[in-house]
Amino acid sequence: MSGKTLTRADLSEAVYQKVGLPRNESADLVETVLKEITGSLENGETVKLSSFGSFGIRQKGERIGRNPKTGEEVPITPRKVLVFRASNIMKSRINDGQGKK
Amino acid sequence: MIKSELIQKVAGANPHLYQRDVERIVNVILDEIIASLARGDRVELRGFGAFTVKHRAARQGRNPRTGETVFVEEKFVPFFKTGKELRERLNRDHDSGD
Repeated sequence: MSGKTLTRADLSEAVYQKVGLPRNESADLVETVLKEITGSLENGETVKLSSFGSFGIRQKGERIGRNPKTGEEVPITPRKVLVFRASNIMKSRINDGQGKK
Repeated sequence: MIKSELIQKVAGANPHLYQRDVERIVNVILDEIIASLARGDRVELRGFGAFTVKHRAARQGRNPRTGETVFVEEKFVPFFKTGKELRERLNRDHDSGD
């Protein structure tokens, strides 16, 4: 594994290189894409991106947790959590890529 | 929301771009994330979340139907951890804020 961490800047760079838009516009587009996905999830919608994967919201009920330091029992409030399911295409590309190393 | 709807929304916010260019842009972004993970890199998008690859070691599994022992090869699986800001946003309308 090369173990690098990519950020928004690297995604904008890819848009700049591959689509040929100016750098600042490429950065804005990356931001808009993330913002639209976030907005949709905030409304409780599932986001399905074919050949990538899907993001869904799961509602969790209240449960009793424990403060690991003090051992004290504390209620964990009901909440929504985001779950990501990778597409089979993503899974196989990752396995193939790693398999070559 | 599906990918074509995402493309439409992004196109709506960028009226100077052709829809097919927006389609290309969305695909380049998603493809870059997958390509990075396939190289063994991680992708961290502050406020949104981080995509990482987890290693699953080879193990002896069992066919649940027949009970037969099977060898399961090692594999690499993608994992997404929700970013702090997004996690908070999902729960914003509930309770008394956070």
